[in-house]
Amino acid sequence: MKFTLSWLKDHLETDCDVARVVDAMTMAGLEVEHVTDPATKLAPFTVAKVVEAVQHPNADRLRVCQVDTVDGRKEIVCGAPNARAGLTTIYAPIGAYVPGLGVTLVEKPVRGVVSNGMLCSAAEMETAEESDGILELDDSFPVGMAAASALAQEAVIDFEVTPNRPDWLGVAGIARDLSAAGLGRLKTPAVKPVAGKFPCPIAIKVDGDACRQFSGRVIRGVKNGPSPAWLQARLKAIGLRPINALVDVTNLITYDRARPLHVYDLGKLVGTTIEARLGRHGVNGDEHLIALDGKTYELTPEMSVISDADGERPVGIGGVMGGESTGCSEETTDVFLESAWFDPIRTAQTGRATGITSDAQYRFARGVDTGFVVEGLELATALILELCGGEPSDVVVAGEALPAPGPMAFDPAYVHQLAGLSIPRDGVVDILCKLGFAVEKSHAQLTVTPPTWRRDVEGKADLVEEVARIAGYDALPATPLPEVARRPGGVLTARQNRARMARRALAAAGYSEAVTWSFTSNATAKMFGGGDARLVLANPMSGDIDTMRPSTLPNLIEAAGRNARRGFPDAALFEVGPVFGGDEPQDQRLAIGAIVAPHAPRDWDKRAAEDLFTIKADLLALLEELGAPVASLQTAQGSASSWWHPGRSARLQLGPKAVIAEFGELHPAALKALDVEGPVYGFEIWVEAIPEPKKKATKTKSALALSPLMPLSRDFAFLLDADKAAGDLVKAVAGADKTLIAGARVFDVYQGPGVPEGQKSVAVEVSVQPREKTLTDAEIETLSAQVVAAAAKVGGKLRG
Amino acid sequence: MTDLNTLEADLSAQIANAIDVAALEAVRVAALGKSGSISGLLKTLGSMSPEERKAAGPAINGLRDRVQTAIAVRKEALEAAELDARLAAERLDLTLPAPSRRKGSVHPTMQVQDEMIAIFAEMGFQVAEGPDIETDFNNFTALNFPEKHPAREMHDTFFFNPGPDGERKLLRTHTSPVQVRAMQRTNSPPPAPWIATAIEPPIRIVVPGRTYRCDSDATHTPMFHQMEGLVIDKGIHMGHLKWTLETFIARFFETPEVVTRFRPHHFPFTEPSAEMDVGCDRSGGEVRIGTGSDWLEILGCGMVHPNVLRHCGIDPDIYQGFAFGLGIDRLGMLKYGMPDLRDMFESDTRWLGHYGFSAFAAPNPATGLS
Repeated sequence: MKFTLSWLKDHLETDCDVARVVDAMTMAGLEVEHVTDPATKLAPFTVAKVVEAVQHPNADRLRVCQVDTVDGRKEIVCGAPNARAGLTTIYAPIGAYVPGLGVTLVEKPVRGVVSNGMLCSAAEMETAEESDGILELDDSFPVGMAAASALAQEAVIDFEVTPNRPDWLGVAGIARDLSAAGLGRLKTPAVKPVAGKFPCPIAIKVDGDACRQFSGRVIRGVKNGPSPAWLQARLKAIGLRPINALVDVTNLITYDRARPLHVYDLGKLVGTTIEARLGRHGVNGDEHLIALDGKTYELTPEMSVISDADGERPVGIGGVMGGESTGCSEETTDVFLESAWFDPIRTAQTGRATGITSDAQYRFARGVDTGFVVEGLELATALILELCGGEPSDVVVAGEALPAPGPMAFDPAYVHQLAGLSIPRDGVVDILCKLGFAVEKSHAQLTVTPPTWRRDVEGKADLVEEVARIAGYDALPATPLPEVARRPGGVLTARQNRARMARRALAAAGYSEAVTWSFTSNATAKMFGGGDARLVLANPMSGDIDTMRPSTLPNLIEAAGRNARRGFPDAALFEVGPVFGGDEPQDQRLAIGAIVAPHAPRDWDKRAAEDLFTIKADLLALLEELGAPVASLQTAQGSASSWWHPGRSARLQLGPKAVIAEFGELHPAALKALDVEGPVYGFEIWVEAIPEPKKKATKTKSALALSPLMPLSRDFAFLLDADKAAGDLVKAVAGADKTLIAGARVFDVYQGPGVPEGQKSVAVEVSVQPREKTLTDAEIETLSAQVVAAAAKVGGKLRG
Repeated sequence: MTDLNTLEADLSAQIANAIDVAALEAVRVAALGKSGSISGLLKTLGSMSPEERKAAGPAINGLRDRVQTAIAVRKEALEAAELDARLAAERLDLTLPAPSRRKGSVHPTMQVQDEMIAIFAEMGFQVAEGPDIETDFNNFTALNFPEKHPAREMHDTFFFNPGPDGERKLLRTHTSPVQVRAMQRTNSPPPAPWIATAIEPPIRIVVPGRTYRCDSDATHTPMFHQMEGLVIDKGIHMGHLKWTLETFIARFFETPEVVTRFRPHHFPFTEPSAEMDVGCDRSGGEVRIGTGSDWLEILGCGMVHPNVLRHCGIDPDIYQGFAFGLGIDRLGMLKYGMPDLRDMFESDTRWLGHYGFSAFAAPNPATGLS
């Protein structure tokens, strides 16, 4: 919504300048987007008078003018045919930047005569798109007057109207709020009815669904043509194109009072009835209308249609746009003027369906004042009679306006209760009255009735907002929140805490945290176990992000690919975020995904490069950190999902139905589909699958029993079938004596000469912690025998 | 006696000339070993007369003690020299690079989320969560968005296709639906343990999470992060809202120079509604907080609309409170000077390294927010 200060001053008696108005608007809730002030651009230009204009000695089309300017008399060469003695026009001095030409004036001879400045056209100052010769101004303008004033170029304020305030879509509505905010006296003129001279020859019928209320009248004998300069200037200032007086009047009132109108050429209407009804779906499909924009629209039964010819011919889309067939032209002499009220939701839907966003549609969709239907008609009548002459008929009205908002009880003390603002009762009453509310104040509780243009005010909280915003939010106190009892142990849930620990732990381990889209392409989702139709967006931004992701891994892998293509192939990335197994809340899980694309720089001492076991170490360390029962986890190799390398991936689980994580090398096919060079290692943890730690009554840790006895270790080498899992052997060995054996760890795996074909040698160091007393040689022998026996049960044979 | 003197002189020379510990050991064995020269002399003491012994004993024992001391002194010197020689040989070129180790980092959005939670935790807020895929009811209807209202259109919502029951789910456009989940009276357990449910007033929660809108440019991405705040109690008014947000902003930007202002605005789910601006300087082409005479809108807030409370089964005549919505990525961009929101989700390792945070930069009262 745009307006100018001079327009505002039609409604508001004020001395405030643009800056003050903008500030007051902002603090009253009218969010100013920007102010365009042509005075800045026009600053160097001033009014001047041509004293003498003679033919240039060396050029037929040029004149040499003597000009009285703000800088004294100047000799200026001018090519405009209308440069003549006595003309009042605009002068630009040497050094001025001429926006329409894009040049800065310099003193230089034009065909041998030095021009000491320039006489300007409207186009050269960009106050009009094109112009014919230099400006011809009112002779009463004094030399030196600023061009911005002479041309009535003023600042345009552009602001955003929130959907609750359709009354701000008219300058009068803005003035009302600014007046309440103390900027001046509201002086919007009252609307005087214009008496009809003859009965209206047009009858109106409405279907209440299509149109609540429809008023109209005929005006005969108008003389249409260009509207007067003041009206054209007013419309142009806010970016509207003047068309003809009749149309310009409707546009003016649309912006002045947020009251859209429509004018039909009476001569082009068929029959004597105008009917507002819903669109008709006939045997040949929907009705059609060629609208004023020249485009053809289908009229569906959801739309409001204005029709003539006994309801047979559509002549307009109600509240949206009129039809081309009955539009006004300069030849129009008799008109039918419409002021109606169309339903906001229906108008909004019609706007969406047709793609039309006219000024009328915008206002009706947000809600037009139900109390200004006939008054709007009267206001337009008066203005048309003034500009175009003619003779008005009586007013005809069909349908009834929505009932006016009813009264509500309002305790002024509620302003303090809800806003914390201390405003005396009289102050509350004063603000509400200035905003147009009717206030009955004879009882302690006020009775407040909102005006017809404030249907957004539905309850006492709305009234508090009105009072608070006019009183100014600056006046709100800053009141500390009352102390509340704090839950011991911090404010995060166990899940939130785990997400936070995972981030910090992985960052400390050298992984960079990424945050990637919650969506991916449908093909990728399918490859990673998702892609369900329920998780496909109906209106995605693009096809490569149209499906909720089943895993954090593909986005991370793709990120590694993008980094590689930029020349940075080494990446260790992780993400902690949601993955989606379905569209129900419980189908959303929190995943911790990490990938390593191992391309670290070569080390001079040839240290072993990182491999899958590095990421396994990171995974186990993280799980330990998150409180997972790492010692009890089964490593189920070969059962991980299909996007992993089948021989180099595993699940970590507490049981087949309690899978906590998967890790491994990514399947080459998956990498190829994501256009990434392998190998890529990764893991994904499902946070909710990690059992929550047992709640304990106190923070006390269990007592620590430190043995005074030295631990000892014994090494064993076992022969095992090459395809058997070393992990099973270790587990068996560690369980050989649960009291004495503190741990078992593989320290060497060997295949080759000395080991039978198809077998491997697995060397295990067994740590023994004596409990009661130092072990005797005999006891150690017994223990060793137990270890060997346990290994034998899983196919391990002590190597000789 | 002359023999003893000669022997001592001889041994002293041998000790002095021993070139290493092994040679010195040979000297020691030759003198003090089982069949060493001094040991031999000591054995002769047994066959002497008491008078002879009286004279020879102290002389031989004295010799033995002096030789022992001399050997010990020499041994220490030789060992020191050997250590010096070994250390000199063990020199490493320490200008060679240490093995490469990746530097990990925490994403700035998550760091900022932690910072915000730290501030609100101190004010007594709990952290609540809800699902990203929401119902139309929770995202709009319960929050007092009228059906088919323009305000719904302004949200650029991502929708899913309607299910068999005709219900059309959506991606939440704000984290405000968690307000509804937190307030709504219900007897059924939450769909999952992590999802907020039916908190009895007083309620004081913040809700961080992913939010989605169909939009993309330098300041809009189809996914972004929001933190919703909700306070419900008896007697909570707009002054509490103002204090909470002013305090939050001052603590968050970690500078006392931050100025803020409240302006009226409109949101369907709050009444009265406000936006908060923070004073900034835009003259250098980028936004700087804590200086300048310009304003930048940073959040929307207001008193929870009575209709929202009613929808959730809370009596607005007894309880009232406020809600606010903060853009987590956006606050991070302003505080840490990241110019383009889209970069946040691009996962460029160079960007993550530059704008990311140390694992040890977790906000804490002793060291500050980052």
